[in-house]
Parts: sequence; structure tokens; C-alpha cells
Amino acid sequence: MSIGAKTLVYGYGNPGRQDDGLGAQCIKKLEDWLVLHPHVELLTDTNYQLNIEDAAAISEVQRVVFVDASIEDIDGFSFTSIQASDAKVEFSMHAVSPSFVVDLCQKIYGHTPEAFLLHIKGYEWDFKEGLTPSASQNLDAAFEFLLHFLNPNVEK
Amino acid sequence: MSKKITIEPVTRVEGHGKVTIHMDDSGNIEQSRLHIVEFRGFERFVQGRPYWEAPVLVQRLCGICPVSHHLAAAKALDVIVGAGTGHGLTPTGEKMRRLMHYGQFFQSHALHFFHLSAPDFLFGIDGDPAIRNIIGIALTHPELAVQGVMMRKFGQEVIRATAGKKIHGTGAIPGGINKHLTIAERDEFLLGADPLNADKMVSWAEGALDFFKSYYAANKDFIDNFAYFPSNHLSLVREDGALDIYHGVLRAVDTNGKKILNDVDYQEYADHIEEEVRSWSYMKFPYLKALGKEKGWYRVGPLARLNTIDFIPSPIAQREFEIYKALTHGKPNNHCMMMHYARLIETLHAAEMIRELLHDPDLLEGELVIKGTKQKEGVGLIEAPRGTLFHHYRINDNDQIEMANLIVSTTNNNEPMNRSVNHVAKAVMTGKEVITEGMMNAVEVAIRAYDPCLSCATHALGNMPLEITLVDKNEHIIDRKRSK
Repeated sequence: MSIGAKTLVYGYGNPGRQDDGLGAQCIKKLEDWLVLHPHVELLTDTNYQLNIEDAAAISEVQRVVFVDASIEDIDGFSFTSIQASDAKVEFSMHAVSPSFVVDLCQKIYGHTPEAFLLHIKGYEWDFKEGLTPSASQNLDAAFEFLLHFLNPNVEK
Repeated sequence: MSKKITIEPVTRVEGHGKVTIHMDDSGNIEQSRLHIVEFRGFERFVQGRPYWEAPVLVQRLCGICPVSHHLAAAKALDVIVGAGTGHGLTPTGEKMRRLMHYGQFFQSHALHFFHLSAPDFLFGIDGDPAIRNIIGIALTHPELAVQGVMMRKFGQEVIRATAGKKIHGTGAIPGGINKHLTIAERDEFLLGADPLNADKMVSWAEGALDFFKSYYAANKDFIDNFAYFPSNHLSLVREDGALDIYHGVLRAVDTNGKKILNDVDYQEYADHIEEEVRSWSYMKFPYLKALGKEKGWYRVGPLARLNTIDFIPSPIAQREFEIYKALTHGKPNNHCMMMHYARLIETLHAAEMIRELLHDPDLLEGELVIKGTKQKEGVGLIEAPRGTLFHHYRINDNDQIEMANLIVSTTNNNEPMNRSVNHVAKAVMTGKEVITEGMMNAVEVAIRAYDPCLSCATHALGNMPLEITLVDKNEHIIDRKRSK
């Protein structure tokens, strides 16, 4: 079953750095959920960080949700719309932000998908696998929100 | 009034570097330093872990060049499982790893050129920072932006096909590799729809090189004089002197091309290389023992590699190498900004080698792993895109890692990066009351030429936006500028 717009959910971060793996862990939960809901058509992807080639990837979908860990002072998670015009100068970085990817997509391909960022609060970033308990709780809440956002009518 | 200027990169995960520039009362630059302000000590995190986990564990170090650490660790563990070094693997094992490595080189160098360095050439180092990036390139030179994006994508797909996945790849294992390339994957890379095929990648790599050569012809003074200083150069070379980024012997030459480390076995690197600790930085300063701290420091990376090797074993890159070497009459090139030229020749070489390897049937079938008599200790060296990368492990009787030592490319370039910063700071900031964004970027251009990864060097996630703070002798902030 299509959930409407052709959608990519893209988690990023390093799962070898504790809560920096929130993006990848969210995608794993989503892929596990998709196994139980094989009728749902949804694209997923993960990487250590976003980069310029992701402009090509998102140019092929109508909607993209980026999922990332956050050190910001947010209440569990936040969900925001991304505009190409939000892109900031990010010269000299090996990685780029979601708004940068969206902006680059617009400049190169002349169109962008509807884009969102799901930011999930993390707490610890050491050289370990696995999320902290607090980050796991935030992930659970963010994941419920994500499923509802993707399609309020899809059963959980 | 004396001043201290601080350029401070900011990272999401703590552990970062900054640049401080000290000015005397007359506005002269007294001293400039790129220093790392936090030490994370990755090595201790692998101690006690089973040795076979290392090729995956070390990818926690860095999301920028995980493949380099993956392969260097696997090469060290080849020694420990008795598979020898380099050519000791099965043909399939070695060639699949090489394909992975060339894919990583290709995408990493493409990112550096199209996203990080080309904007300086197109818009000027004091150009509008709002467009001085690949988005600006997309506005003014859309064909170049497309090439940058698709070259990255091609390299990433090669990595995915050989390492198994994009995050925490598992392709390289002690003694070999865990998969073949499928016929479908090979055909996709060779015959994929335009532009995602090997022929187009070679063609675009040639185009990028032509772009730089044209820029150099029109801006020779800038390229030749920006942060120029003589140095030693170190890299792996193949036993016959060819460029080989995966395996070989360790060679160093001085600023005139004289060999100062003559093709030694890298298992014995500790006999030849030592790391100095300085109080103001957690990033060490490697040097050749035989020459001592003052004279033994060296550069690694593209410039160094093309200074140590005798030839490039792929035809188009070799032709370009001959043109490049003629610029310095066959002597080593010590021009900081020629790092970009060298990097683009290597990009072309990587594309040629990917194309050549894809025609090799050993990728599709054959033994994957070989093992022999277990050893207690092993060293793995590769040429990462940024330069020579050392991984050294020793295990105990329970197969646990009891010692790990890593010397990453950015650490090898610590001294030359510091010297580059000093040269540029003196050239552009001497006598200046206010630091402009252009001056700040000039310092960053010098650092950026080395394509440093502070993520590797500090073992933290690797962003490198800069903050410059101009401080008077009483530590009062006079001016602050930041590039995000």
C-alpha cells in the first residue's frame, strides 16, 4: 500500500558513538516495522553523515524525512519542516546539513521533495554501541510520532 | 598592543582543534599554532576486545573515512592470523579490498575538490562566503556541481558493494574479504546508465584535472607562493616504485628528492618513526628518528605521494604525472597548493584502477580468505586519501587486543599544517587590526589543502567550521568572526 507521496526516511549518525546512533536506530525500527507491514511502500537509508550525493537521492522522491540525534535543548524530540532557503554556509565541512542537501537538490535538479527533520535528543557520545536509556525513550516517542506523520491511517 | 587570534572549529561531539595566532605590539605575527584541545584516546577502547572485531570497531573513530580505518585494521590483522602482508591474501581478497579502497579514494578526493577547494578557485579565497561552496558552484557552473555529486555517489556505491553496507562495513576481515562482487554489481559499475559508469568517471576526473590546470596557468603566482615551504615527504610505494595506495614499502624523500627512508618494511615502522608530544596540543608530532625532531618531520598525502613515487601504473594518470613532474624538473614539489593538482591526478588514477579492476574475473569468484600461523603482533599501513595511516595491534593468549597504536594521516601532517598556518598568517594578517572573513578563509585554505580530518585526529565527529577571535593582551575580545 502506498502511503501517498513517494517517501524516503533517512537516518544519519555514527552508531558506534552511543546516542549519535539515534538516526540509524530509528531506521532499524522502521525497517523492522516494515517487515510486519509489507504492504507499506517506503524507502529507507542510513549513513554516518549527510553529504552532497544525497542531493541526487532525495531528488528522486516526493517527501523526505531526515532523522538525526540532537544535542539541542529539546523536549525528547522535535519535528520541523526544512526549506532550501534555510541552508547556511557550511564551507570546509566534510558533512553537510539537511537544509544544505535540500538547497543543493533545488539548485541542481530544479525541484526538491517536501523535507522534514526529526531531531531526537541524545545525551552521551562515547565510543560505545547502544543508546542510553533516556535516548531510547526519546526514540520510542519519536518513532510513534513518525509513524503517525507518515500516514495517520496506517495501523501501528 | 599584542593580540591573540583564535580560530576555533566547533564539533557536535566534543574534541576539536583551533588555531591561535599571536601578534606583537607592532602587528607582527609572533607564532601560529593549530592545536588539538581534547584527547579521546580511542586506542584504549579496543583494548580487551577480540582482535577480529577491530576492522568494524575502528569505524567508530570517524564517519569521514571509515573505509581507511577498516582496511588498515584488517591489514594489521592479516599479519596476526598468519596471512602475511599485502600480497599474502588470495587474489580475490586483495582485489576486492583494492576496489573498496579505490572507491573510497575516488569519492573522498571528489568531495574535497568539488565541495571544499574548487569554490576557492572559482570565487576567490576572499569571495562571498554565501556562495563559496558547492551550492555556489551549482548556481554558476551547474555541470561541475552535478559531476561532484555523481562522482561521490559512484564512489559510495563501490564502497557499498565491497564493504557490504554504508555504516560499519564488514567486507574486510582478518585474512581476506567476506564477499565477491556480483555480476550485476560489476555490470552496473561498468555499463550503468549515464553518468554512473566507470568510463564517465574517468572522463570527469580528466575534466576536473583540466579545470585545475587551466586555473594554475592563470594563477601561477598564487599557487606557487601560497604557503610554500620545503619539507620531507613520506608514503607507501610499491616495491618497484609505483604509486600504490594499498600496499608497498615505506619511503621518504627530502625536499630535493634524496631518499631518507629507503623502502623499508612497514612492520618495522617503530624503528624509523617516533611521535613527539608538545604541551600545547594533544595531537602528536611524528618525525623520522634518524633525522631527529627538528629535521625529521614530513608531509603525507597527495603531494607527498607524488614526490616519493617513480611512476603511476595507469596510463592516463601517468601521462598527467609526467606533465606535473616536469613543472619541478623532476624534483619534489613543495608547493602547498599543488596538493590539489596531485589530488586530482590521484582521482584520475583511482577511476582508471576501478575500471581496470572491474574487468578482473577474480572479483567474481575464488577463495576469499587465507590463514596461517597466528602471530601476536601486526602492523597495517595504507595510504588513506589524506595520507599514510598506521594501525598497530598486539594480542594476548586469549585473542584479546592488549595494545593498539594508531597514527592517522592528519597527525602525520601536524607539523606541516602548523607551518602552513604560520606562513599564511604572516602573509595576510601582519599589521591588521581587524580580521576579515577573507583573511580567516586564507588560513583555512592552507589547512584545507591537507584535507585534514580532525574527527580522526581527535577521535570525534568531524566538522571544521572556524571561529576567529581577536584578543588583546588582556584577553579582551576585540573582534570575532565565525564561519558555520
